[in-house]
Amino acid sequence: MGNSLLNRIGIPRLIISLFLAFLVASAFSYGLPMGQIFGAMLTRFGMNALLVLAMIPTIQAGAGPNFGLPFGIICGLIGATLAIELDLRDFTALFFAIGVSVPLGAFAGWLYGLLLNRVKGQEMTVGTYMGFSIVSLMCIFWLMAPYTSPEMVWPYGGDGLRVTVVLDGRMEQLLDKLWSFTIGTVRIPTGLLVVTAICCVLLWIFMKTRTGLAMSIVGSNPRFAEASGLNVNKYRLIASVISCAMGAAGIVIYSQSYGFIQLYQAPLYMALYSVSAILIGGASLQRATITQALIGTFLFNALLVIALPVANVAMDSDISEIMRVIISNGIILYALTRKEVGGDAR
Amino acid sequence: MKLIQKNIVPIVFIILCTIGFQYSGLSWIFFANDLMTRLARNSFLVISLIIPVLAGMGLNFGIVLGAMAGQFAAFITVVHNLTGIGGFFAACVMAIPFAILFGWLTGILFNKAKGKEMITGLILGFFANGIYQLVCLIFIGWLIPISNKALLLPSGVGFVNTLDLKIWQYAIDKFYVFRARGIDIPVLKYLNNINIPVLTLTIVVLLCIAVVLLFRTKLGQDFRAVGQNRHIAEIAGIKVDRVRIIAVIFSTVLAAWGQLIFLQNIGNVQVYGSHVQVGTFAVAALLIGGATVSKATIGQALLGTVLFHALFIVSPLAGKNLMGSAQVGEYFRVFIAYGVIGIALALHAWQRLVKKQ
Amino acid sequence: MTATARLEMRNIGKEYYGNRVLKGVSFTLGTGRVLSLVGENGAGKSTLMNILFGMPVIHATGGFDGEIRLDGEKVVIKSPEEAMKLGIGMVHQEFMLLPGFSITENIKLNRETTKSSFLSRLFGKSMKWLDMPAMKHDARESMDAIGLGIDEMLPVKGLPVGHMQFVEIARELDKKNIRLLVLDEPTAVLTENDAEKLLEAMRILTDKGISILFISHRLDEVMKASDKIVVLRDGEQIAETTPSETTIEKIAELMVGRKIESGEMRGRPVSSIRDEYILQIKDLHVAMPGESVKGVTLDVKQGEILGIGGLAGQGKIGIPNGIMGLFPSSGDVLKNGLPVRLNDARFALDNGMAFVSEDRRGTGLLLDDSIEFNIVATATQIQGKYMTQGKIRILDSKGMGKYAQQLIKELDIRCTGPSQLTRRLSGGNQQKVCIARAITLAPNLLFVSEPTRGIDIGAKKLILDHLVKLNRENGLTIIMTSSELAELRSICDRIAIVYQGKLEGILLPADSDRDFGLMMAGEYHKFHEKEAV
Repeated sequence: MGNSLLNRIGIPRLIISLFLAFLVASAFSYGLPMGQIFGAMLTRFGMNALLVLAMIPTIQAGAGPNFGLPFGIICGLIGATLAIELDLRDFTALFFAIGVSVPLGAFAGWLYGLLLNRVKGQEMTVGTYMGFSIVSLMCIFWLMAPYTSPEMVWPYGGDGLRVTVVLDGRMEQLLDKLWSFTIGTVRIPTGLLVVTAICCVLLWIFMKTRTGLAMSIVGSNPRFAEASGLNVNKYRLIASVISCAMGAAGIVIYSQSYGFIQLYQAPLYMALYSVSAILIGGASLQRATITQALIGTFLFNALLVIALPVANVAMDSDISEIMRVIISNGIILYALTRKEVGGDAR
Repeated sequence: MKLIQKNIVPIVFIILCTIGFQYSGLSWIFFANDLMTRLARNSFLVISLIIPVLAGMGLNFGIVLGAMAGQFAAFITVVHNLTGIGGFFAACVMAIPFAILFGWLTGILFNKAKGKEMITGLILGFFANGIYQLVCLIFIGWLIPISNKALLLPSGVGFVNTLDLKIWQYAIDKFYVFRARGIDIPVLKYLNNINIPVLTLTIVVLLCIAVVLLFRTKLGQDFRAVGQNRHIAEIAGIKVDRVRIIAVIFSTVLAAWGQLIFLQNIGNVQVYGSHVQVGTFAVAALLIGGATVSKATIGQALLGTVLFHALFIVSPLAGKNLMGSAQVGEYFRVFIAYGVIGIALALHAWQRLVKKQ
Repeated sequence: MTATARLEMRNIGKEYYGNRVLKGVSFTLGTGRVLSLVGENGAGKSTLMNILFGMPVIHATGGFDGEIRLDGEKVVIKSPEEAMKLGIGMVHQEFMLLPGFSITENIKLNRETTKSSFLSRLFGKSMKWLDMPAMKHDARESMDAIGLGIDEMLPVKGLPVGHMQFVEIARELDKKNIRLLVLDEPTAVLTENDAEKLLEAMRILTDKGISILFISHRLDEVMKASDKIVVLRDGEQIAETTPSETTIEKIAELMVGRKIESGEMRGRPVSSIRDEYILQIKDLHVAMPGESVKGVTLDVKQGEILGIGGLAGQGKIGIPNGIMGLFPSSGDVLKNGLPVRLNDARFALDNGMAFVSEDRRGTGLLLDDSIEFNIVATATQIQGKYMTQGKIRILDSKGMGKYAQQLIKELDIRCTGPSQLTRRLSGGNQQKVCIARAITLAPNLLFVSEPTRGIDIGAKKLILDHLVKLNRENGLTIIMTSSELAELRSICDRIAIVYQGKLEGILLPADSDRDFGLMMAGEYHKFHEKEAV
């Protein structure tokens, strides 16, 4: 019985939860400002949730976690930078950015999906490198693009856009501050969490529609799907489109909460962090649920948020970035080496 | 026509390099010298990829771990101040146990992720980099005492960003560097002004011969058999898992030496950066030479190293002259490295899928 | 006392998960002799060979009973390597050749001739040089011995299959200690001409004193090549005979023969089913690897249960897979007089056809989804069943659960509940889920492929009974494909036998064992022609 419970929670999740609990306890004992920390955890959770949820469609459709998420992310960045270029502010800017990035992301996802259908079985490797290449290609774009907004280009004759664009007064923390309130010392980013919840509900409904079900059938067993008259490639394509569109919207929401748009190499490893978050939540490379995405996003980000101050106090050095690298890649390795699926029924 | 089709990748890059060279405005001499240096210091790393390819494990992105092994050995020589060619060879010897250990662990991991070696190797590289940072940034000076405080960050914990390797810089490069003289044949006369690191090149040539010879041994035959079909090799009684681990160990040890050759030419270690892109650049070079995920030769490795680094030399200047920004060239070559790998992997996966159907 | 036999199998028995697949098989094979093993699929031939070759699957499932003697000496064979060391060679049904290696390298695979080198003294024998000239010489010798005249350095890729087969035999022959060679259906992929050559090669081998265990479905070859014939059926040794004492006809009868009480045959007289056709198949070709169909013409009557029988690999399974659009096919198929669009699974499903696949775990199930979702999955997609009404239609979990409960009861699916994952079910219960899924589509023509393969007797009976019930009560036309002739004879009205991708003939359940055996071996027409003359 205890064993099956352990199986259900999963060893990595258990270790990370315990580690998190340990860090929270030490943060308490060091007398760190817990209210701020919990607030930051909630914000980071909301910032990243959509990017992690974006993994679900491709995993469910059998194309594995979307390592090609940068295809969507750069579309989001284009949308966000365009909003500033047009000198938009507040919700106009946010809605414009999302409105532009989602169709762009969907288009990029469509192209990426066409590629994925030709490289079945190798989606992860190909996706990773295609993602890397598109990010470095976009670096050239950021350098050359004819943007003029003084907030974005280098002030003194440098080439192209700045590495980080400040969103102060544009859409910085727009959602975070919406209906925001504090409990004790914890600030709740209500708007951000509400948006996350809405995304979850929409995704949940979609996954239950005929198309969503078909996608999940295709991912679960492509031969079954074919025998059921489904066009496997079509549904994998749809999954890629949705995933990249979510990634595009996700990075806009991420950026507004963060207060900066990060350009150039910044999106390089974002897919990896999203992949590891959903795996930490207990998903496998073949199956993932919304709950797993949410749990994983929370655990992963909470850990990073709390590790930084605790490490600073405890050992006077920045171990949090190192930890992020080790944990996120460690969990992906774990998933890669796990037997494809559970034991034989016999 | 078939010849062109077969070698389309190198041909495209030869054209790209030629155009780039034209626009870079570089002199032949400078270009050739730079290329010679880069060929000498990088080809070893590229050759280290061949064995796993032939053993059917694809492109070993895990050679990053080999580079780390080399760097650990380099740190030891710095800490103990082992200088000159003796210091360099001491580093080569000390790198072996690290590399064998890392290669063995990588091999075990690859055996658990059969068919997904490449993505596993890539992620393993990132993961190992985290562990590496943990050791170099946190453990050094804390758990691992270092007497020479000049090597450490002001806090006394962790290595500084750049470690000087002057103690054995050019340890082998400087041997028998000669300039060919008195050649007065058109084209060839350019050789007159080129520095040729004879010893380094000799070592590379010896390595090439060794790899060729390896494939004439029983072990080499096993590599090839396992590379073609694990199942049939297993039926024939070959211990497939063991052979695969040995292939990875070979690759990792060679990569460690390759990294040391690289470092002795550069003359310093970027403690947190020198190794990071080793896998990507070596793989890209091999692929540019015309290799695929399942086929690679020494000729392809050498040709690829030349082409990839030629592009490396010319692209910033060409970028500046063409687009008015050297940055464009920098990003362009990164894009080329990633793009070549991405496209090669995609083509390979596609072909395999088509074959299956 | 005669000379000790090369191979003696004594009372061999084997059980897989409580399923007896071999019972007390005993025979002897003399030095330089050929013994043929014949039997239907599932008769136990492969298991017997796996035991002899020490395959891991045998030892992972609890070993076997009885003993094996080689030249009078009792041997325990725990792995293929040990078998090889003892001088047992095997030519597998699938080629075990590396396409990128030359013939020589394949013949010498992992038995390369080596010379020591400087490094081998330091690092052991894996660093020894390959001695190519010596390897070539050995390969040439073995190839010459069986009359394979091609260049020994040719790459295997691109060789005709006949040559590949010979390379495999040359490889076994090159193992100098070889005493016993197992040939598992070596002629299945060969042309008649090549097969003829192979039989000659076998004679050369036996002249060298090598004993051969020959497995084949081609009875004429068996008669020609063997000194002794052992017939297996259902894991039991039915007969041991010699070509001179028997005839093809008798062997065929022995292979198939099974006491079926006429009471067990539930097929109805042909006259009771009207000549109204639900499906008319004309010249159907299906490119299903290993089960290709090469021009089958067959009519299916409305309301009957039609069986399709035949040995594995002859194409019977290709027929439903082709019509249901799972493998590329061509030909003319009419359903209720209207043409069926081939290569379109959706069309078949939309037109009242449903399929229970023989590949239960591969094609039939979503192993990591619940029983209830498995049952309704296809119906949600094809017919929009079990979806909520309204503008945005999503899966109706309640309706699905209720319906699943009802089917679980009806089909007696043993499970913890409708939400259990199908992976956790036993084979029999998984099969019931597959059938439940098919009937959820409310088809008027049901294809059932190998419905009882690998499931226990209790579930077998239940499934067959349910199929009959569906047929009799709902008038559902069923086309059942099975390797188990007995089960076809027990419920079908008519049975079509397929041989080499073509229809060999149609029999009634009550026809004689001899006819069934001959048809399955493809000898029926030859034989009857002879009789007629």
